[in-house]
Amino acid sequence: MPTISLTVNGQPVTEEVDAPTLLVKFLREQLKLTGTHVGCDTSQCGACVVHVNGEAVKSCTMLAVQADGAEILTIESLANNGTLHPMQQAFHDKHALQCGFCTPGMVMASIALVRDNPDPSEDDVRQGLEGNLCRCTGYQNIVQAVRAGAKNMRD
Amino acid sequence: MYDFRYHRPATISEAVDLFRQCDDGQYLAGGQTLIPVMKQRLASPSDLIDLARIDELKDISATESAITIGGMTTHAAIAASSEVRSRLAALADLASGIGDPHVRNRGTLGGSIANNDPTADYPAAIVALGATIITDRRRIEGDAFFTNIFETALEEGELIRAVEFPIPERAAYAKFPNPASRYAIAGVMVSKFADIVRVAVTGAGPFVFRVPDMEAALARDFSPEAIEKLQIPAGDLNADLHASPAYRAHLVSILAKRAVQAAKE
Repeated sequence: MPTISLTVNGQPVTEEVDAPTLLVKFLREQLKLTGTHVGCDTSQCGACVVHVNGEAVKSCTMLAVQADGAEILTIESLANNGTLHPMQQAFHDKHALQCGFCTPGMVMASIALVRDNPDPSEDDVRQGLEGNLCRCTGYQNIVQAVRAGAKNMRD
Repeated sequence: MYDFRYHRPATISEAVDLFRQCDDGQYLAGGQTLIPVMKQRLASPSDLIDLARIDELKDISATESAITIGGMTTHAAIAASSEVRSRLAALADLASGIGDPHVRNRGTLGGSIANNDPTADYPAAIVALGATIITDRRRIEGDAFFTNIFETALEEGELIRAVEFPIPERAAYAKFPNPASRYAIAGVMVSKFADIVRVAVTGAGPFVFRVPDMEAALARDFSPEAIEKLQIPAGDLNADLHASPAYRAHLVSILAKRAVQAAKE
């Protein structure tokens, strides 16, 4: 069985994995980091988005062995001693979720988007979240939250 | 997904040697098609040879007349490359419209063209720009590379090193994306070089094809009006729940005009 060493949310991790293990399964079932969700499992919905070496990636469409040596950030990395990340706070303030299932992926995708584009227009946000589906909100409040979160991150 | 052995070579020659030693090996590029296909058990290779750590496959280099892009370059890297953006904007635009941002962070040029999905975007660019595919063993002209639906001229175990794109005077890509997948229901790349105009269509047929009537008309007059009355036959085009052959034929005319207009601007 392959052994992989990587950094997850700042912590070094060395684990054995089966070669077919998906990154999302490794995070959820081996590391018990269940904040990252499996929605469609077909790389469409974006509920499983995490950061791999700083880039937003669908973790249902990447093998754990491909992440050997990588730095992974999941939704669990964001809050600091109970204080929400500015993007999480903006989702809360703008009521950008109902059931919350898509939210971890939405927030991770939004932070990656804002890092590349610190002041995104509404159109930029809608295009940047093309890979993330929400079945509750109709997206309006999500778009507002991402722009507010971007402002919080700039301030 | 069925079990497989995982390999991570550091060089091209190591990768090609590994492939030879495997029963039923498969190169793994970005995995944005291969991993879903393996999850559905539509592919079950005995060995996966991951190309991600072969640094020589990720270069973007330029000469006066061409830009050469390594096979393992991601769509996001192509879209963000200042070299590609400034000298071959049509290709940067095309790359920035593939899938979604997360897919673009993983999916690669080489992986996409080796797969030759009939609705993928790059084949239109390769054929319209007269690109050359550089493999571990030879150079393959773009016109000869895509041979049928999901089939290419690549031999067993042949590995794409890079693609060399000549710089046109003008070029643009216009696409009608499937609203869910962002794959091209139809996509048209138009290019103008000093001596030739090329029009290449993806998404509409079993694999990329050129439109000689439009090329001849545009060679005389590079304007949307020059191809106003030209329709391609619907006969051999794709039919699925998203679009009929007649609708795709209509889209090709519309998109070709839009691409010409964009190339002129």
